[in-house]
Amino acid sequence: MIEFRQVGKTYPDGTTAVEEFSLTVPSHSTAVLLGSSGCGKTTLLRMVNRMVEPSTGSVLIDEEDISGVEPVALRRRIGYVMQHSGLLPHRRVIDNIATVPRLNGASRADARKRGYELMEIVGLDAKLGLRYPGQLSGGQQQRVGVARGLASDPNILLMDEPFGAVDPLVRVELQRELARVQEELKKTIIFVTHDIDEALTLGDQIVVLKTGGAVAASGTPAELLANRQDEFVSRFLGLDSGARSLSAEKTDDGELLISDAQGRPLGVVHDQDRGPARDSQVHPQDQAR
Amino acid sequence: MEWILDNLGNIAELTVAHLALSLPAVVIAFVVSIPLAWVANRIRAIREPVLTSTGLLYAVPSLPLFILLPALIGTSVRDPLNVVIALSIFGLALMVRSAAEALDAVTDDVRTSATAIGFSGIGRFFTVELPLAGPALLAGVRVVCVSSISLVSVSAVLGVTSLGSLFTDGFARDILGSIIAGILMTVVLALICDLLLVLAGRLLMPWNVKSAGSRRRPRLRRSAEANA
Repeated sequence: MIEFRQVGKTYPDGTTAVEEFSLTVPSHSTAVLLGSSGCGKTTLLRMVNRMVEPSTGSVLIDEEDISGVEPVALRRRIGYVMQHSGLLPHRRVIDNIATVPRLNGASRADARKRGYELMEIVGLDAKLGLRYPGQLSGGQQQRVGVARGLASDPNILLMDEPFGAVDPLVRVELQRELARVQEELKKTIIFVTHDIDEALTLGDQIVVLKTGGAVAASGTPAELLANRQDEFVSRFLGLDSGARSLSAEKTDDGELLISDAQGRPLGVVHDQDRGPARDSQVHPQDQAR
Repeated sequence: MEWILDNLGNIAELTVAHLALSLPAVVIAFVVSIPLAWVANRIRAIREPVLTSTGLLYAVPSLPLFILLPALIGTSVRDPLNVVIALSIFGLALMVRSAAEALDAVTDDVRTSATAIGFSGIGRFFTVELPLAGPALLAGVRVVCVSSISLVSVSAVLGVTSLGSLFTDGFARDILGSIIAGILMTVVLALICDLLLVLAGRLLMPWNVKSAGSRRRPRLRRSAEANA
């Protein structure tokens, strides 16, 4: 369990990145911090592994205040995945994944063995292990990034827009893959993104942040979509523009064609006897389940 | 030509002496430049002053420096140590800025991610930043190496033996072969050392060679798409 207790961050030059932020992330669940750039979401994420020290308040992991934990040791037991993969360009893929086990004292052979297990878990061909990161596609690099984040079998995984720099098709695939891995491994994940669909797909709970780390809304994906109280949230989620107000229309084949309020077709609901409705794109979050 | 063939043994000896003067200087310049560059990058306020003042050391004329050093450090005028120290200073003047820029060019992404996955400060420097600065550092070392090998010759004027002695003797005794041998061997030596550095770079930094190979890119991309 990760707990933010009224944390705040003010930099020496006076800018306030985060103010009075509180959140509890239960073990084995995924919390998404959702917001545009400058809302303090990365700052919050980095407080969990002490890359940023809160100016006020405290962060607790399993009831323990982490301000007393040695930062390097703390980081070695928390997985971290970032945008542009952050892989070490001078190390082969397999050694990138094996880095954290090696830092934790595993032998080179054991660490590599673990690395190959993880490549399989994240769906990477073992043949790629001996390549350098620069020789992989963006999507593959992100998979390596996820594998590296999981390498020391951490309870906690911090993900900072990990899929932000890959093209939309690959992104959706990576999200699905992450949801599958999470189903299996049950980590406690904090996931930072500005992509609403990504948040709806992956989050057990979503926190929408405004500038300065102020919480505009929080709740499950369903709760958020039903929420029309807060104007900022409605606008951010596209509720006001009608992007999420859907209408259905029967097609000639007897299927339901779903469109948004602007008439933009979103997907098709198959008849019950033809196939499961979860294949449609009506509820993006259902793809993950 | 005949003179050269008759004196091969002598030329070989002088070549070894030449290397013994220049290579230590290259190593010293490299080793000293790294902490200096690190400090300069670390404390931004002193970065430019440090880099500029070390760079200006190169403007010190070499001959007076060779003569002045014995007085400063208490060696005899013909002591090879003077030459090594003077060359180290010139090497440092060239190397510090390259080193500072090489270390500075390591991207923030890599730094951040190395910190995030649990590298300690020192571990990160030696296993991440220093190797990644490698290609740019190598470029600097190559310049220092070639420049040191050519500068050593000046010390022959003071009577410290090196390939430069072939010029001084050649001029004094009017032997054209000796002068030509001196020029040729200095150039050849510089070329060979440079080549060895390039090869060492390829061996030590294989990621650099492979990812720079633009010809391989298309093939990799295709297989990448198939796997993504």
